[in-house]
Amino acid sequence: MSKLPSYKEMPIGLVIVVPGSSTQYKTGDWRTFKPVKDKEKCTQCGFCWLYCPEGAVKKTKDGDYEVDLTYCKGCGICARECPVKALVMVEG
Amino acid sequence: MAFKTVKDIPDEELFASGHRCCAGCSESMLARYIFKALGKNTIVISATSCLEIVSTPYPQTAWRVPWMHVAFENAGASASGVEAALKALMKKGKIAQRDINVIAIGGDGGTADIGLQSLSGALERGHDFMYICYDNEAYMNTGIQRSGATPFGASTTTTPSGRISIGNETWKKDMPAIAAAHHIPYVATGCTSYPIDLMNKIKKGADVKGPAYVHVLAPCPTGWRFDSALTVEIGRLAVRTGVWPLYELENEKFRLTYQVKERLPVREYIRAQGRFRHLTDKELALIQQKVDEMAGKLGLGPLKA
Amino acid sequence: MAKKVGIEVSFAVAEAAKLADVDVVAAYPITPQTHIVEKLADFVANGELNAESIKVESEHSAMSACVGASAAGARVFTTTSSQGVALMHEMLFIASASRLPIVMGVANRALSAPLNIWCDHSDTIAERDSGWIQIYVADGQEAFDTTVQAFKIAEDARVLLPVMVCIDGFSLSHVIEPIIMLDKEEVQKFLPPRKVLWSLDPDKPISISPVGSPEYFSEFRRQQEEAMRQAMPVIEEVDEEYGRLFGRKYGVMPGYRVDDAEIVLVTMGTITGTARVAVDALRKEGVKVGLVQLRVYRPFPTDEVRKLAGAKVIAVCDRAFGPGALGGAVFSEFRGVLYPLKTRPHVLGFVLGLGGRDVRVEDFRTIVEKAGKVSKTGVVEKDWEFIGVRE
Repeated sequence: MSKLPSYKEMPIGLVIVVPGSSTQYKTGDWRTFKPVKDKEKCTQCGFCWLYCPEGAVKKTKDGDYEVDLTYCKGCGICARECPVKALVMVEG
Repeated sequence: MAFKTVKDIPDEELFASGHRCCAGCSESMLARYIFKALGKNTIVISATSCLEIVSTPYPQTAWRVPWMHVAFENAGASASGVEAALKALMKKGKIAQRDINVIAIGGDGGTADIGLQSLSGALERGHDFMYICYDNEAYMNTGIQRSGATPFGASTTTTPSGRISIGNETWKKDMPAIAAAHHIPYVATGCTSYPIDLMNKIKKGADVKGPAYVHVLAPCPTGWRFDSALTVEIGRLAVRTGVWPLYELENEKFRLTYQVKERLPVREYIRAQGRFRHLTDKELALIQQKVDEMAGKLGLGPLKA
Repeated sequence: MAKKVGIEVSFAVAEAAKLADVDVVAAYPITPQTHIVEKLADFVANGELNAESIKVESEHSAMSACVGASAAGARVFTTTSSQGVALMHEMLFIASASRLPIVMGVANRALSAPLNIWCDHSDTIAERDSGWIQIYVADGQEAFDTTVQAFKIAEDARVLLPVMVCIDGFSLSHVIEPIIMLDKEEVQKFLPPRKVLWSLDPDKPISISPVGSPEYFSEFRRQQEEAMRQAMPVIEEVDEEYGRLFGRKYGVMPGYRVDDAEIVLVTMGTITGTARVAVDALRKEGVKVGLVQLRVYRPFPTDEVRKLAGAKVIAVCDRAFGPGALGGAVFSEFRGVLYPLKTRPHVLGFVLGLGGRDVRVEDFRTIVEKAGKVSKTGVVEKDWEFIGVRE
């Protein structure tokens, strides 16, 4: 547990100066199910990337899509929306 | 340039992961879509709402653009102030001339109820900004209490279904019509289940000179009581039953952006959500009738036989 | 070149905002502030003031727009009275906690109900906890000078707090007084353009006004308290500089014939002028009475007030009132501040002038008489009382 700052150490005026600092909080801890991809079935349509509320699906260099389990909350939308059922929700 | 396919959409995420939205939340989807459409030259004024709370627990923020929360009912007025300030500072040469999108965002509560006056003033004065309402049809942030946008028959914590109650007894306030009555250059309805349609509308709204209003249906697994995996599907059902028509008004000229050739019966949408579980065929018939009337007026397709 | 003109004080306040080269004005009309808003509209219409004037649809929206505009880096001015102050109550706290240097001229007017458009201080006294600096002026020249000074105080990097310049509604806002008005060059020399600590800028994306959980909330409030503590020396510094440049300075709690006074009257606003007449008359009769104008109310001038420890009786005149308390708010604070001193004067409270009721020289005579009795007997029968109210 890090030491909390004194009022002098905090920036003046209710400001958070580091954009996107929420990434320090690993929402992957929330989930009970995670998506698992069958690479054979995937057509790289990008719908999982499009619909993920967390932005947890990342584009790889070769145009493929991978779920970043650090933030995946296990909502199941990607698996539900995948047109070829390449994603399946399993416990974990 | 309008998006045509998923591949047209930029990679950059200006709404970062790690925010505290419920799993399956459509508001966080919307936040991602706003910046895919607008990019980083965007200032966001956020009303008190789910999205504001989950995205900025000090000292963490999910926003990668300049963002400010002011209060619950004044996103319209605060955004007016930002727009006027940028205009004045650029006119006086105090900051560099450039295109900056000023957008105000708020939930159905902060827009249609407590925020209505502030929004109306901003629209009437003609500020060059866009207001995006994410409508999950209740005050979800404070625990699913009804709002003016809560539909007929929905059970909320302040309009619970009970032995002598069918839940919310009023019909949904038509916010897009109220916005349109201000004769602004752009009004549109959207849904997070149709992201490309939505993103193109957000682009149009930002490009237009003057006020733009985009009202987005944002299905809520927590408040509407459905499995978190079904968020996109529920929104799709809202559109395909005609409950939530997708349209835009460019310079007050109406156009459906998604034509529903054959409407699914509302039962398919209603029965998929726990908040309507208590409704009988009687209420369903009333809802179907209302949807039929509106579909007729707007030119949506006939009910599927 | 500064020129002395006979001008309605409202217009002089508008002129001060114009000379400060504000970027955005967002205000909603309400009696008796309307002349300030209207004059500013004239300036904009004639190209004399290069500012965006947002014709907001309520006072709450006025302060909301000011907050947005100030956060975007603009120099912002607004003005209101009475119900308007009350309506923007929520936003006042937000503005000060957000550390935005907004300047607001308030034409003090009583709060409803019943509806009353005349002067008392209940509107701004009710906002004493809002975190705004509050300065109460006694005449037109002071109203003009203080409005100019307010921007410098607010924008000082050690302060960054919004400032309320309180001007008695009608009694001051609508009277014509001889006022020396500075010109643009003089004000520019005194007041440089606003330098922001941060602002809403796509090149430096920040999030302003997040959720402050119990782990952080108190520290934000502590920051505001620190700013208030820094504000007092800054107010004095700015006043001194103004005095050096333009020949007029006011001080935090200007005194009149106080040095050897046994009885000291404390007033705020225009009744100070009336009290001064009473002091002169009573002095002629041999009464050792003096007067202080409580000019800076927030931050509360504790050190200045404690310098009055040598007096026998301090008679605090409150032109605002909240039922069920120990008299007026200012009276209570005087008592509180003087309480720990080893030798301390009696402090008596007098509530007067509510809802525009005229405060006359005779009223001050009555007060001094009552104070004199306490001074002689050392017995306080009434901590506080109403003056001029039909019982």
